[in-house]
Formats: sequence, C-alpha cells, structure tokens
Amino acid sequence: MNAKTPNNVREVRFDEFSSSGSLIKAAEQAHKRNYKDFLIVDVDSHHYESESYGEIFKYIENPVIRRQALESASRGGRSSMLGGSVGYQDIGGRITRHWLRKHEKTEGPEHRDITTTLRWMNAMGVDYACLFPTPMLFLGTHPQVEIEVAMARAYNRWLCDTILDHEPRIISMLYLPFNDPEATYQMVRDFGHRKGVKGFMVTAPRYKPVHDNAYMKTYRLLEEMGLPISFHAAYNWNDQSLQLTNRFIGVHALGFMWFNMVHMTNWVVNGLPERFPKLKVMWIESGLTWAYSLMQRLDHSYKMRTSDCPSLKRKPSEYMREMYFSTQPMEMPDDPSILEATFKMINAETQLVWSSDYPHWDFDLPGVIYDLPFLSEQSKRNILGGNAARLFNLDPTPVKNIPPVGSFK
Amino acid sequence: MEIFVAKKAEFKVSDRRIVQSERGEIGVFHHEGAFYAYSNTCLHSGGPACEGLLMPRVVDIIAEDRTYQGQDFDESEMHFVCPWHGWEYDIKTGQSIGDRRQFLRKYEVVERGDDVFVIA
Repeated sequence: MNAKTPNNVREVRFDEFSSSGSLIKAAEQAHKRNYKDFLIVDVDSHHYESESYGEIFKYIENPVIRRQALESASRGGRSSMLGGSVGYQDIGGRITRHWLRKHEKTEGPEHRDITTTLRWMNAMGVDYACLFPTPMLFLGTHPQVEIEVAMARAYNRWLCDTILDHEPRIISMLYLPFNDPEATYQMVRDFGHRKGVKGFMVTAPRYKPVHDNAYMKTYRLLEEMGLPISFHAAYNWNDQSLQLTNRFIGVHALGFMWFNMVHMTNWVVNGLPERFPKLKVMWIESGLTWAYSLMQRLDHSYKMRTSDCPSLKRKPSEYMREMYFSTQPMEMPDDPSILEATFKMINAETQLVWSSDYPHWDFDLPGVIYDLPFLSEQSKRNILGGNAARLFNLDPTPVKNIPPVGSFK
Repeated sequence: MEIFVAKKAEFKVSDRRIVQSERGEIGVFHHEGAFYAYSNTCLHSGGPACEGLLMPRVVDIIAEDRTYQGQDFDESEMHFVCPWHGWEYDIKTGQSIGDRRQFLRKYEVVERGDDVFVIA
C-alpha cells in the first residue's frame, strides 16, 4: 500500500444517499454468510406511502373524500385529512437515512419504491419482502371510520396496480379497515386474489376487540382462502395509559407490545383458535419477550379460571405456539440462554419468521438470526425464509442478487 | 503500517475521513484540534459507525432538590453516532455509551509535518 496515495480514503457526505450504498456493510455480511445459497424472506418491511399520496389519493373512490384528500395534500404544514402521529423515531436526526433519503436518485420506468426496495433487499440478501405502509400504521385511531375505509381501499388498489403487479419479489399483506367490519370483509373479497397479496394485516393500535361477532365472517373467509391474518404493532401516544410515558423509548417499548398483548389475549380466551382452527395468525413487530411472558401469565390463570374461557380445550400457550411471530425488534439479552428459552417457548423452529422492518429506525439484519450460537444451520434457514415460504406459498428457490462488495463506490 | 489520511490543511476541524486498511475501514475524526481513529464497524450490527452525525452527550438537568428541570447538550462530551441505529460512541475514547463495557477498536494517528497518517 502506497502511504502517499490517498485513493483509499474517502469523505463522508450528507448531501447524497443510496439505499445500496448505505448498506455496503450489510452486503459484506450477506456474502460472508453465503446468503445466496438459501431463501430469505422479510415478512415486515416498509415504504413511505406518504411520498406517493398524490398518486394514492386519486384512487379514493368517493368523490367528496377524494376532493378533501387532494385539497388537504396541497397545503402542507396545517391540519391534514389524515393527521399524523406524535413521535421522533429518527432520534433527533441521528438515523440519517430518514432525512437523506430525499437525495436518492432512481431512473427507469418502474416506480421509485420498487427501485429503492430492491436495492436494500439485494444488499441485505433478501429474496422476497412483505411491504407495508408507514404513516397508515396509525390510521386505526382516525376518528372518521369512513376515512380509514377510503384510504385503505385507495392504498391497496394503488399498491396492487403500481407495485405488486410489476415486481414479483415484493409481496404484501393488505391493510384491513378494521373499524368497519363490513368494509373489512369486502376488502378480503375484492383484493384477496390480487397478485402478490399473501394475506391481510390489521394495525394493532385501535379500540375494537378482535372477538366482536362482526369479524367472524371475515375470519371464516380468510380461513377458506388459506390467507393469514396478521396484527402489526405500533404505538398510540394518545392512549390513556401510554400518555403516562414521557419519552419515545417508553411509548415504543410498551406500545409495540401493549396492543398485540390485548389482541392476543382476546383472541385466545374467546376461543378463536378453536372456531378457526386452520386460520393462520401472525404477530408482527412486538419482538419476542411479550409472547414468552403472556404464555406463562395466561396458562397460570387458565388453570384456575377455565370457566372464563370454556371454548378452550388446551392451555392458552398451546394455541399461541401454533401462531407465527415476526422477529424484529429482536431482544438480545447478554445471556443467550435466555433468548434460547424464548425460542423454545414459541416453537421458533417452525413458527418464527425473520423480519427487518427496514427502513425504520430499529431495523434488523438477517444476522440477528444467522449469528445465533444455539441454532442449527437448518433452523436458521427455516426462520430466515423457510417458514415464511410455507406460510406465503413461495417458491423456495433463491432469486436475490447480492451486489458485489465495492460496486457502490 | 502508516496510511496517509490527508493534508492537515485540507482536513478541517469537525471533519472526518474513512480510510481503507487491511484491517477493514477506519474512521478518522478531526475534533477540537486533535485526531481520533476508530474501526468503522459498529459493535451492534456491523454498521458504518463513523459515518453518522456528531452529537454532544444529552444530559438531564436535575436540580439540588432532585427535581427534573429539562435537558441540555453537554458540549464537553462529543459523540459520534452510527447512522444505522443510533449507537453512540465517545469521540475521545471510542467507548459505547449504551454499554460502557464496550469500546470500538482505536487506532493511533500521527502527524508528520502537514501530513496526517493512521497506523493500522
């Protein structure tokens, strides 16, 4: 190495960005671990659908609401039709991709979200990614039910027409407007057969219980179609209990568990697994420790209070162990035996499915699973892709294209 | 091995360089007149630890009566932040703020005349 030649030195710039370039080190990990040899499916990733509101709002079916949305979008900074969520996920700008992403250059006829999504997927070694929205994760708390329905239908139709129809490596579980049970049912009927639709998703922060009779025909329809239902966690800082927290770390750590713990409890004690034994149920972005805890809590009480849940024929944990759990944000205790016990509790070998949550602030790489000391190579491959391939009926042949390291510079 | 980083006159205060070495990438910071160099691989998940923002330590202001009086930046303790997830490191020591038992690998920086080198 010539000590006087600075061609091995570069500056750090804050006026440019590429999804590939920011993940060079992820691609290095992907090569080192030979991810090209096996399937990796990301069951929870995101785009910022708000950057495409101009396109999505045109899909709103009702002309009055469509007019309101387009008008609202034209005057940013004041009150908007969709509202927003309180929070500072980017930690005061420290997560630089959140504010640098506006500099990313794309070209070609495909939608920008396809280009940028494939870039980070390839860098991480991901074959298929289940894509979800971002601001719409909070739409379940919108006071106007008809707005949730209108946006859900517009977004889903736009996503199918613009993204899923054009890129087979991007799949989704479509948003259900759960505050309107009839519209929820109709959504499954209308969109369940669209290309790339692998199931349906309920955003967890909301205040209608999952055991309401109004939802039973939707669960039955999903069961008949063989499509999973998932509950995607998020927080609601306006929730009366969560208002007691004063820092984002608090509302995030609790909120992303809280709503899924409530829904899971209702789901099990009301006997929905007995009513819909073939319906696949999945819990997204709550990490793993909540399930480990809730299984023990419910089992302990169940043995004394079987009359509270007479539909159950087995202990609550036995039903929970047959559901699917996404990994991220995966807790990493200093003592790996604690994590190993959690994996055992939820039957990770067949029920755990890896997720990145990219590009959000606490995303995980496949290495969170691949580097664990207590998993066999086959278990790693099951969790990183095999289990999801079975759940989503995907071809297990890898289709990724990990870029050569150094190709980004 | 000494690796040339930059001419000191062209390496402004608060600026940094990323240097490729046989031991991997090294981030070299110019902070308050001194140079510091660390491995550019985050201890968390392998992100580019030296390529994020510089941010002073944030402190809670606790009064004599133990009441909370707000927050402030402590400009005497500068951190560099991994842009992937926000892990913070002390720029003078490489210590991980979230787990103070851990340190990024540190490299020596030497100045020869107007040239800055890192030893790797």
